[in-house]
Amino acid sequence: MQIVISGILLGGIYALLGVGMTMIFGIVKLTNLAHGEFVIIGSYLSTILAKAMGVSPIWSLIITVPLLFVVGIVLQYGLINRVMLKGSEPALLVTFGLSIILQDAMLLLFSADAQHANISFIKNIFGRENISLPGGLYVSILDVLILIISLVTIGVLTIFLRKTYLGKSIRATSDDTQAASLMGVSVKKTYAIAMGIAMATAAIAGMCVAMRWTFYPSSGGSYLLIAFGVVVIGGMGSIPGTLVAGLIFGIAQVAGGANYGMLISYIILIAMLAIRPQGLFSK
Amino acid sequence: MSEPMLKVEGVQAKYGDFIAVHSASLDVPQGKIVSVIGANGAGKSTLMDTIAGIHKASAGKVYFKGEDITNLPAEKIVTRGLSLVPQGSRCFIRMTVEDNLIMGSFPKNARAGVKDTLDMVYTLFPVLKEKRNDLSGSLSGGQRQMVAVGRALMTKPELILFDEISLGLAPTIIKDIYATIKKINKDTGLTIVLVEQDTKRAIKTGEISHVMLKGNVVLSGNSAELGEEEIKKAYFGI
Repeated sequence: MQIVISGILLGGIYALLGVGMTMIFGIVKLTNLAHGEFVIIGSYLSTILAKAMGVSPIWSLIITVPLLFVVGIVLQYGLINRVMLKGSEPALLVTFGLSIILQDAMLLLFSADAQHANISFIKNIFGRENISLPGGLYVSILDVLILIISLVTIGVLTIFLRKTYLGKSIRATSDDTQAASLMGVSVKKTYAIAMGIAMATAAIAGMCVAMRWTFYPSSGGSYLLIAFGVVVIGGMGSIPGTLVAGLIFGIAQVAGGANYGMLISYIILIAMLAIRPQGLFSK
Repeated sequence: MSEPMLKVEGVQAKYGDFIAVHSASLDVPQGKIVSVIGANGAGKSTLMDTIAGIHKASAGKVYFKGEDITNLPAEKIVTRGLSLVPQGSRCFIRMTVEDNLIMGSFPKNARAGVKDTLDMVYTLFPVLKEKRNDLSGSLSGGQRQMVAVGRALMTKPELILFDEISLGLAPTIIKDIYATIKKINKDTGLTIVLVEQDTKRAIKTGEISHVMLKGNVVLSGNSAELGEEEIKKAYFGI
């Protein structure tokens, strides 16, 4: 039982890591190899801002989310859209290059030292770090907080995509770009907005990563792998699928412990690719 | 009839080195139903795509309501009142019927009075109202075609291009859809271009016919005056 609870709590952050990646995969039809670095940029920004302003990392989102949203739009509009005209492989390579550049830039700026966001606010507010449940079970307040943040983010995103004109135009573009343009949708702008949203979710995921684990400039790769696994299991491009896949990944991780967690996760991933390559929640 | 609503002058369109449309010219007068007839590969669809802005013209000009719209992006052209129902309906299959229709009102000029336009579409196609919460991907071919027509109407167009709307549909459904198109034209004065392979149906519906052969418009005129024989000759190039 403890495994399931801890797994679900961990799954929230995994889903959050995957959701930005799955959006880009489903809408822009691009595998964004720089997604892990986007997350770590979010981690650094949140940690530094929280420290500088003397507040909890959560408040840093007020700055990091809009900031990375704008960066995403500029990046897609100014660079990736242009490269995509030449085909999907060049675009893939550009995201790979971007990942290396960002990693080295972070190394230069922040050094290779391990970092961790200050989470003393949890103790200050709640007076403790864990909550005991009946039956000898317990949950960490931080993990619950992160799960709530994930659910809210994914929930808001889902409602946005289903209910608003802009959200509908994004889904329409994902279904059929030409038909969408016949409805007055600018595909380039839609891609830019999608990248902006993906980077905004990376900012949120990054903050959660910074609170949950220590991170380095080179940490992006391992989070990219997790995001990729979640995207594949969830059914490339499906947001509800991402949530379920995140939870599955989380439980597998906790069940396997430090030694076998990753192994079990990727066995599930490979099994998934073999049995149901379209993912859990795909058409 | 002074200025035609749509004027195509010597348009050329290519796929790489392959020239699909050599030099196509045609006029579409306001308020009429105009047929564009031609065999498979005559360049009809490419010409429609080029007019609507999803394919680039390599030469020639397209004028809509007297303004040059050549090679404007599709999303700009639709806001001017020219809508294309592309071949094969091209519904947003992972969206509901109603969301598909709502997407038609995405252009800024189409947003006012969305509810009324939606009601109008539901009156024309009652089955869509019944299925409004179903994914469009679950519909039959004929119903998808209705979604595509409804979606185009939602953009509040002055001219609609229908690209082979009858393709792959049962004859009774084709008849219904053609009747609806005629009704829309009669009731609202909407100008309509029908692309067809079926000469007989095209002549029956379209007052004016343009026949395409191997990437050129080879015959144009009043359908009744031209007569079926002459149109068929042009169609086959004999």
